[in-house]
Amino acid sequence: MGLTYQSVGIPATREMFNVKVTDNRSVIALAGNPNTGKSTLFNALTGLRQHTGNWPGKTVLQSKGSFIYKGREYTVVDLPGTYSLLANSVEEQVARDFICFAKPDTTVVVVDATCLERNLNLVLQVMEITEKVIVCVNLIDEARRKKLNVDIQKLSELLGIPAVATAACTGEGLPQLLDLISQVVCGDLKPKPKLVHYSSELENAISKLEPKIKEVLGAELNSRWVALRLLEGDKTLIESLEKFYSQEMIKATREVLA
Amino acid sequence: MAGSKTLNQLPVGSAAVVRRVNAGGIMQRRLLDLGLVPGTRVEAVGRSPLGDPIAYNIRGAVIALRQEESSLVLVELES
Repeated sequence: MGLTYQSVGIPATREMFNVKVTDNRSVIALAGNPNTGKSTLFNALTGLRQHTGNWPGKTVLQSKGSFIYKGREYTVVDLPGTYSLLANSVEEQVARDFICFAKPDTTVVVVDATCLERNLNLVLQVMEITEKVIVCVNLIDEARRKKLNVDIQKLSELLGIPAVATAACTGEGLPQLLDLISQVVCGDLKPKPKLVHYSSELENAISKLEPKIKEVLGAELNSRWVALRLLEGDKTLIESLEKFYSQEMIKATREVLA
Repeated sequence: MAGSKTLNQLPVGSAAVVRRVNAGGIMQRRLLDLGLVPGTRVEAVGRSPLGDPIAYNIRGAVIALRQEESSLVLVELES
């Protein structure tokens, strides 16, 4: 066996997303509901001029860019805007597969400060997949104009992950965001997402499934999350597993499911 | 329930509160993900020329739903 990506700690599946894989390069994903300013933030971070527009569904395919911060190179991937990661549509599947299988070093969930409530559903879903999450409360200037005050500190405490307020179009909050990204990537800051606890019935089923999933997938994917999707009967996840992993793994997953 | 209707029967310009989502399966999840959880206030804001889909303001975002989806959402008119 040669030097595999696994042995150097970079997920082997990452290169399937056309992301250049090198040692000194970290991958950051931007996720969020439609129309929360992901692309504006993407442009602000990378200095690119990706098309931004004020209508939903603009970014169907992800765009990529890069920047250098404190001597480290970052590739930023702008994911399509979704309300959910349950893969009911192409956009959702693109976003989910990237977070699951490309395993970004940090996922920044961009939320709209003016309607936080509806945006937090996606934050919780991303937190179920990965621990490396930062919540970026964007459009904070809009919120201020509407006389809304967002308690970032409290939000961060409640979710157990770092939070920062930004206004991507003016650049407000970007230095803090960059700092948080680099801290999470380097491991100086370890988010501890507070996960949703379901009914005891569901939790029992999860704890029965989890060890079997761990046997098959090892540490490749978050076993709790996979258990939840299997319980929900999510077939798109199995399709994606087929695409990204070896046949043996899939067969074993199907057996667990049966 | 007094004033109980399905969401597709909500006249444009009026608002209602979601009571139940009767879709089941993936569609159930989808509608919940869009913010249509019980207790949510929904306002019908516009109708497309052919009457379907209809646009609703759900928790600060305007989302268009087809009849086949909106007819699965039970709402109670605001008094």
